[in-house]
Amino acid sequence: MSHVPAIGAAVDLGKTGEPYWQPLFAGFEFSKQWIADEKPDVIFLVYNDHATAFGLDNIPTFAIGCAGEFEIADEGWGARPVPVVKGAPDLAWHIRQSVIQDDFDLTTVNEMKVDHGLTVPLTLMYGQPEAWPCLVIPFAVNVIVYPPPSGRRCYLLGKAIRRAIESFDEDLNVQVWGTGGMSHQLQGPRAGLINQEFDRKFLDDLVDNPDELANVPHIDYMRDAGSEGIELVMWLIMRGALDNKVKEVHRHYHVPASNTAVGHIILENLRQ
Amino acid sequence: MALDKPYKDIPGTTVFDSDMARAGYHVNQFCMTLMKAENRERFLADERAYLDEWPMTGEQKQAVLDRDYNALLKLGANVYYFGKLFFTDKVSFQKGASLMAGMSEEEYLAMMVNGGRSPEGNRYIGEKDDG
Repeated sequence: MSHVPAIGAAVDLGKTGEPYWQPLFAGFEFSKQWIADEKPDVIFLVYNDHATAFGLDNIPTFAIGCAGEFEIADEGWGARPVPVVKGAPDLAWHIRQSVIQDDFDLTTVNEMKVDHGLTVPLTLMYGQPEAWPCLVIPFAVNVIVYPPPSGRRCYLLGKAIRRAIESFDEDLNVQVWGTGGMSHQLQGPRAGLINQEFDRKFLDDLVDNPDELANVPHIDYMRDAGSEGIELVMWLIMRGALDNKVKEVHRHYHVPASNTAVGHIILENLRQ
Repeated sequence: MALDKPYKDIPGTTVFDSDMARAGYHVNQFCMTLMKAENRERFLADERAYLDEWPMTGEQKQAVLDRDYNALLKLGANVYYFGKLFFTDKVSFQKGASLMAGMSEEEYLAMMVNGGRSPEGNRYIGEKDDG
């Protein structure tokens, strides 16, 4: 799902019922009920940091947050008024060990503030609780300093993350979220680019054709879905963590939220 | 052998690759400091003096002072970094994007509500006359 900062501001300032925002939030009503029923213990939340925790001094391609707590960042307008994010250190440290042994060289992070990339998806799913009702493992992917990891790399990493989660001893209900996107460009004279056809095909292929979708090169995202549309590779980590065949539980697509097309899809493994 | 950079012919777009990140290192790191309220205040009180603390080029400093975002992009600044300048100025990301697009905020908002800028004619430089 997408993570536009203006979505967070709309919630924080009580504007979700306004005509501009109402259709966007309406698409999450189902999802809020779904997650209230599912009650995940831990969310493995794949997102991108927006030059908040990571500047140009350190640029990890994949960074896993292993701390017990992650403070909300001041991104330049003061910190969002949302609860502090509680981590899941036991599981996070387990995943990092498993995934690195599985050939994916993660960066381990223990001091990290989290920005709208992480908190807006939580807000969309949980609204405005006093405390988040789940633990969160922040998993930051560099999609800002070119090149991001390839779609294929993300997809295979998702599979390694699944193996890691399944080998954890404690019986936990873990969800994997892929966030960022969909089509958008925030910079230069081409700012405002949206490609609904690309986005809809991406969602279709994410469900039924992920192996082929993982082969889409960076240039196709940037040319067709905007320079920031490349964030969509993060969704492939989520998809890699699921079975090859999945059930589409819910889909929502809306244009615009500020500069961006907003997409949201819930997929489940077929229950046996 | 040179690296393949197939993104050079996307119109109106600067990809923040290794070359740009190196060229813009200090201007971007300056922007990072604007995540602290006391730095925002100190910057706004005397922008020139604050910028002179950084080993940026004269062009980069001038582009910051002018809030010339398209110039900043060409000089290696990235939108997620100079976005902190929008926030320091209390300008929305949408307003910032409209400035780079060369549109009024109202025109830009109308374009977005109508589905955004179409990719048609906007994929390759020279695809349309004004590309």
